Amino acid sequence: MSLLSKKNMVFLKDPLMDNNPISTQVLGICSALAVTVQLQTAIVMSIAVISVISISNVLISLIRNKVPSNIRIIIELAIIASLVILVDQVLKAFLYDISKQLSVFVGLIITNCIVLGRAEAFALQNKPWPSFLDGVGNGLGYSMILIVVAFGRELLGSGTLFGFQVVPDAAYAAGYQNMGLMVLAPGAFILLGLIIWVQRTITGTVAE
Amino acid sequence: MENLISLFVESVFVNNILLAYFLGMCSFLAVSKRVDTAIGLGLAVIFVEVITVPVNWAIYHYLLAPGALAWAGLPDVDLSFLGFISYIAVIAALVQLVEMIIDRYSPALYSALGIFLPLIAVNCAILGASLFMVEREYTFTESAVFGLGSGVGFALAIAAMAAIREKLRYSHIPEGLRGLGITMLITGLMAMAFMSFSGISL
Repeated sequence: MSLLSKKNMVFLKDPLMDNNPISTQVLGICSALAVTVQLQTAIVMSIAVISVISISNVLISLIRNKVPSNIRIIIELAIIASLVILVDQVLKAFLYDISKQLSVFVGLIITNCIVLGRAEAFALQNKPWPSFLDGVGNGLGYSMILIVVAFGRELLGSGTLFGFQVVPDAAYAAGYQNMGLMVLAPGAFILLGLIIWVQRTITGTVAE
Repeated sequence: MENLISLFVESVFVNNILLAYFLGMCSFLAVSKRVDTAIGLGLAVIFVEVITVPVNWAIYHYLLAPGALAWAGLPDVDLSFLGFISYIAVIAALVQLVEMIIDRYSPALYSALGIFLPLIAVNCAILGASLFMVEREYTFTESAVFGLGSGVGFALAIAAMAAIREKLRYSHIPEGLRGLGITMLITGLMAMAFMSFSGISL
């Protein structure tokens, strides 16, 4: 079987739209909202989550036949927590300012339901390579929502993208004002609600 | 004392762990369909928060913080990078312990909380409260009050949400918005309502 056969690509593509971890499976919303005031933090957080979820999927898939099922959760948590410590130390060493802004939310990747959810639902039954693709796919699906929300919040809330001003001064002079609500918590909830509406209308997913 | 009351009010209303910091959203969305189960989960969260935050405070200050091992003759050791794995282990172990104790001494409470207790181990609100406790450098008493406050805040939010969702069942909502979408919009409105508490200090 080739590494990027059609069957394997499904693992990568499915979580992007039809089976998106945030908007369809309702996993990992906790951290998705807190880091989306700025695009920069959202992207760093996305990279952190993609690396943790893909590596943990591979490791858990490698030991899936050796772990007794009644202690599997604690072992999975130990693996995930160790990976998150690594990511946290790397961020502190190379991107100190951003790691300060992300504050406790890097640590909260441990309890991010996506990571444990994919380990339980996928990596325990599948070989390492499909598990890796599944991890990357779900990580990307998560990142996609994160970046869209962050784009909207930074543009509407501060009039900037990646810290650069994009709303022209002339607009402010003409009376345009930044939407302060978008920087605060309620803006994130409402924006995510609207994105889910659009996404579910496109894919045709209907909740009960 | 005044300082503690103020911290409590602040962590319940102004800095509500769910509506201001987005922690515990997963179980908030999954378990807010009925009021009685929502209250059950809320009580379990309060219970576990009150125990885990002070215990993690002790672990951090006597084992992990830079120089904390001075009592064992190792003043130069800094184990704070082990924080995440220790907190999650403490939480998982305590949840298990609490579950066994409740089962032994109060079977009624156990059957009421039963299914929610194991789930709490991976609730972001619990780990989040411990991490905030370390980041904000609370004292022992403050950490206990903060644990209680954030637990009560979570319980309040989830109970209110469940009450709204029970009524929502009779309303006509556009198809794509049903379920998660409308819940997020309502959570946004609730967060806005809670923001009106900001600026209150005792």
